[in-house]
Amino acid sequence: MTEVVRIENITKTFGTVTANRDVCLDVRRGEILALLGENGSGKTTLMNMLSGIYFPDSGKIYINGEEVVIRSPRDAFALGIGMVHQHFKLVDVLTAAENIVLGMPGGLLVNRDETAKKILEISDKYGFIIDPWKKIYNMSVSEKQTVEIIKVLYRGAEILILDEPTAVLTPQEIDKLFDVLRKMKDDNKAVIIITHKLGEVMVLSDRVSIMRKGECVDTVPTPDATVQSLAEGMVGRALSLSIKRKEPENATDKLVVSGLTCLDPTGRRTLDGVSFTLRTGEIMGVAGIAGSGQKELCESLTGLQSIHSGAVTYIGDDGGKTELAGLTPSEVTGKGIRIAFVPEDRLGMGLVGNLDMVENMMLKSYRRAKGIWVDRKTPKAAAVKLIEKLQIVTPGTAAPVRRMSGGNVQKVLLGREIQSEPSVLVVAYPTRGLDINSSYTVYDLLNEQKENGVAVMFAGEDLDVLLELCDRILVLCGGKVSGIVDARTVTKEEIGVLMTHLSKREDAV
Amino acid sequence: MEQLIFFITAAVVAATPLLFGTLGEILTEKSGNLNLGVEGMMFMGAAVGLSASFLYEQAVGAGASGFLSAVLAVVFGFLAGVLGGLIYSVLTVTLRANQVVSGLALTIMGVGMGNFIGELLGLRAGGFASVSDVTRSAFSGARIPGLSGMPVIGRLLFSFDFMVYMVIAAAVLMIWFLNKSRMGLHLRAVGEDPATADADGINVTRYKYLATCIGGGICGLGGVYISMVRSSGTWIHNCVGGLGWISVALVICAAWSPARAILGALLFGGLSVLRFYLPIQDVPAQVYNIIPFLATVLILIFTSVRQSKERHQPASCGVNYFREER
Repeated sequence: MTEVVRIENITKTFGTVTANRDVCLDVRRGEILALLGENGSGKTTLMNMLSGIYFPDSGKIYINGEEVVIRSPRDAFALGIGMVHQHFKLVDVLTAAENIVLGMPGGLLVNRDETAKKILEISDKYGFIIDPWKKIYNMSVSEKQTVEIIKVLYRGAEILILDEPTAVLTPQEIDKLFDVLRKMKDDNKAVIIITHKLGEVMVLSDRVSIMRKGECVDTVPTPDATVQSLAEGMVGRALSLSIKRKEPENATDKLVVSGLTCLDPTGRRTLDGVSFTLRTGEIMGVAGIAGSGQKELCESLTGLQSIHSGAVTYIGDDGGKTELAGLTPSEVTGKGIRIAFVPEDRLGMGLVGNLDMVENMMLKSYRRAKGIWVDRKTPKAAAVKLIEKLQIVTPGTAAPVRRMSGGNVQKVLLGREIQSEPSVLVVAYPTRGLDINSSYTVYDLLNEQKENGVAVMFAGEDLDVLLELCDRILVLCGGKVSGIVDARTVTKEEIGVLMTHLSKREDAV
Repeated sequence: MEQLIFFITAAVVAATPLLFGTLGEILTEKSGNLNLGVEGMMFMGAAVGLSASFLYEQAVGAGASGFLSAVLAVVFGFLAGVLGGLIYSVLTVTLRANQVVSGLALTIMGVGMGNFIGELLGLRAGGFASVSDVTRSAFSGARIPGLSGMPVIGRLLFSFDFMVYMVIAAAVLMIWFLNKSRMGLHLRAVGEDPATADADGINVTRYKYLATCIGGGICGLGGVYISMVRSSGTWIHNCVGGLGWISVALVICAAWSPARAILGALLFGGLSVLRFYLPIQDVPAQVYNIIPFLATVLILIFTSVRQSKERHQPASCGVNYFREER
């Protein structure tokens, strides 16, 4: 096995932040190298330097044994390096073929037919399925990823870098992707996959390089590694990877949803006849391919989405029923019903980035003040309490929340919602972009709420987490309920099938 | 019948400056620059184009060539528009100033500068600036042997001034450029998603500059048409009079397609000359004058509810691109 890429002592700083420090790495032909690390450990930055987006402050890069200088993505293509970014870089209104040839040198005209032919040749070779004439905005996430990978191959890449390629895929799609990557490996290409999912590293890679805080701490052949050893390498200390889960105690129905249907502005049904019951003292997971109605479901329970038809009935502690469909969030609060929502877009919907922590706390409480002056003391005390309780790292309560790290922002948001002592807590993708430690803090908080008898709904994308944390999982498929399953007995593969094929499975739990 | 032919030819003449403005702005917006300076660039084109002809005639005297005079008007009018586009590009692409504010400033500057140059020329001519008949005839209707003489068709297709054919050629060229050529594909990518274009090795800055400057030049030609053809080579105070703004609206009505822009411009051109060909008793001229603007408002309302992804403003339009801001 020959070495195709060697990175020597690369350092890259952004202002005062060191993203990479003295990183050394090598990649060989015909292997799959996993680059493992938490968010912010500098994996993507390092790979961006290989693909010409960033330029290293110091250090050397060798391709096929020769020292090279990569100043732009074009330089990288010329050296046979292609990167598939985590956030797809595709132009929505163009076709797959147009995106694939974008930026390539050539004659005055773009020969679209010939391009399409060449694309189909590549897809036959590696087992992709693609329609070169399809516009990107009509494509599913996995189709877009396919376009990205073909784009890289079309440019004759010998070294492929994939940044978190599985984050948005279903288990079946992941299997397909891995098959393709193995074919590339057999074709003697070098594949680098950036990931923080330990399971994938074990199944797919030949070697794994672990990054921590901008440094490459270790490189090991995968067969010599275990999930536990990799996780400890990533975090830098011993940790327990299991999420505790208690049996729900005295579960009673809290929120009865029946026939819930929502429409998007074009009249398409984003939710279609969704019915389920949310109980106290349990965590109900919501799984589905991205865009299957999770967002609409969370928002319609909290009054943010207008409901086309169906009912959302809240059952009070005394058994009294209140119909929530059609009420605005403030009307719901006015009835004394506390439904808390932690949206996926934390700094867009959850918090105001330019306001400080106290002001963000006040967004929930300012209505309660009497007279014309706002009360800053109570929220300030609450903010101080939160900082202590959740160990939020911040220069103080007066710092704008947007300057905090993702994990701390989430703690502020979740903490604020929990402080309102909700009876229903809806959380959407609460650990997206968070490191392992912060993620586990979030899981603990949710479990604590569950034990306090709160009905928790958790929309998540990592099926492993859903399976470990939740009591039941509601699987959405194209806006319909495909199944409500027992999280203790169901398998990942079964959920994957439910996510892609509408069925009517309902486990008695 | 006769009346209809007159109406159609008048509509074409009224549509031409609008189409120049619309095409120029489409090209500009395809690069992601929302240049609201069309009115200003048209004014600059109008005044500078006229000045070029006027000064040329003054310098040469009796032996002035109408052809050369027309070419100078077109070239300098175009360059005046390019200058407008260049100022805008420097402000927004290089200095990253707000696009809307820069465009409005360009309009204010262009209107002032155009009128200033025009009046100054008038002072110099001792009254009002006007070109001679040689130049005027170069900008008048074509007489193509064998074609212009044909009944009806000759008058509807082969009797216009050369700038009408120029604008149609520009529209056809732009359709081809945007849909078939490699540079057109790259330009569309820049306007839709500059970060993606950048990552694919497309020089975003160069495309933005070129498209905005050439687009500005095309807008300037609209101005030349106004001063040289519509005003018969004389400077009339405020001669552009809002046509640039209608062009900006037409870009939206045409959904950023040069082909639809031809239809849109014809429609608006027709509406703006309607009063002369379909006079209704007791309806004052002012009401007719409102019609094109009213139609603009109505069409903007109807087209803004359109949801199709294809017929949309280039996604990055109005937002400056910073490479570091990933």
